[in-house]
Amino acid sequence: MSELKLVDVHKSFGERKVCDGINLTIQEGEMVCLIGSSGSGKSTLLRCMNLLEEIDEGEIFLDGTDISVPGLDPQPVRQQIGLVFQSFNLFPHMTAVENVMLAPRRIYKRRRDELLPDVEALFKKFGLADRMQNYPDQLSGGQQQRVAIVRALAMQPKIMLFDEITSALDPELVAEVLDVLRQLHRQGMTMVLATHEMNFARELADKVCFLDGGKILEEGAPQAIFTHPKHARTQAFLQSIL
Amino acid sequence: MLTARQAHAKRVRKRSTTIAVISTAIVVAFLYLLIPLAPGWPAVKKSFFNTDIFIKTFPTLLDAFVLDVMIFLWCAPLIAILGLVIALCRDARSPALYPLRLFGAIYTDVFRGVPVILIVYLIGFGIPGLGLPRPWNSPYIWGSLALILTYSAYVAEIFRSGIESIHHSQRAAAASLGLSPGDTMRFVILPQAIRRVVPANMNMFIALQKDVALLSFIGPVEILRQAGVYKSLYANFTPYVAAAIIFLLITIPATRFADYLMAKQQRERN
Repeated sequence: MSELKLVDVHKSFGERKVCDGINLTIQEGEMVCLIGSSGSGKSTLLRCMNLLEEIDEGEIFLDGTDISVPGLDPQPVRQQIGLVFQSFNLFPHMTAVENVMLAPRRIYKRRRDELLPDVEALFKKFGLADRMQNYPDQLSGGQQQRVAIVRALAMQPKIMLFDEITSALDPELVAEVLDVLRQLHRQGMTMVLATHEMNFARELADKVCFLDGGKILEEGAPQAIFTHPKHARTQAFLQSIL
Repeated sequence: MLTARQAHAKRVRKRSTTIAVISTAIVVAFLYLLIPLAPGWPAVKKSFFNTDIFIKTFPTLLDAFVLDVMIFLWCAPLIAILGLVIALCRDARSPALYPLRLFGAIYTDVFRGVPVILIVYLIGFGIPGLGLPRPWNSPYIWGSLALILTYSAYVAEIFRSGIESIHHSQRAAAASLGLSPGDTMRFVILPQAIRRVVPANMNMFIALQKDVALLSFIGPVEILRQAGVYKSLYANFTPYVAAAIIFLLITIPATRFADYLMAKQQRERN
């Protein structure tokens, strides 16, 4: 059972409230999509789940354990919750395969040759078998983002968070990254996406949440949100982008 | 066959080269003709540009310069290591390590704030003055220490600027994988930071090679002191000119190389 549960999460940067009482439950194997305009708090919410940001109030439970307790060591939690960034953030001085193996080598204390078969399988699965020895700047944006996903997966996380991972890509490269998400979803990975890919969210999400001003204004099945948005702000947002 | 545009570009290039050559030639000719007209020129020529003395002293000066190079060679790695340690002290984030941070800040402030020659004097004369037994009263040890302390303060600041120049998203990426802060620094931040500041550090080390000559004030007979000995012997300044030329033989290529690295890095980043 890997379930993530947020209870009344608050987070401010100075005066600005970025998360204003977020309640959200992500069930095992679910794909939850966070939609909303830029600055609505999607990214910050994901960073809070991964403990990159410390929350001001509320609780976050991973499999029933409160991971938002002040003073808790964040490293073991982050090992279980992978995060993929909009700007890839690969380590530019390492080859793709070194990027992927660094964390398992250091944290699980495993040798390269022990890790290699699994890592190779991951590269192969996402169409990157011939790219393992390339440096990030020798890869296209889509390839870099797929390597970043492999890097997070190599830690065998229970949950994966994706922060607008196709927003920095050229349009023709978006599909190859979305395909990776599709595969992961099919295998039952629990995932949370902040995304602007509405067609993708409509097709695959189990639940869509519309964020506005740090609040979840509306959540539900994609059909309900996209075809019959109840809230006026949701209607306006969907109209503006569709 | 050149297109009209290429032919024009070629003409322009040729013309600017010609102008540069002519204007340089005019300036050099003027200097060549005017300087000897100065009333003191014959005396200066005799005491600074004496060919006989130059030929006589140059080989010994070159030998003495080997000592400068050796002092440089044992100081440089220690400076790099100490500089890195101080930079890491200044970057320590946890409150328990605050004393390290404070130490790093004071260290860089003090050693960058005092002229090198003063540090050389204070340490080079002060510590042997404690009456230490041989070999611990050697000016080589304490003179080198003075250079190491001073230069590592500068090098530490260069490393620190490199560490700070790495985008915070790299730290975030490492943290999101569950890497510890120490591993993040060691495997993600430092390798990138050190590479980025190689040209700046090269310039520091070129300056160090020149400042080794300051140790002549506390004893070691390196090139500057050797030149001083000859100056007194022949009552002539030509050995100093010879010493300057020997320094340039090393520093000019090194400076050019640092510039080349800097330009290369600039190109890669764009």
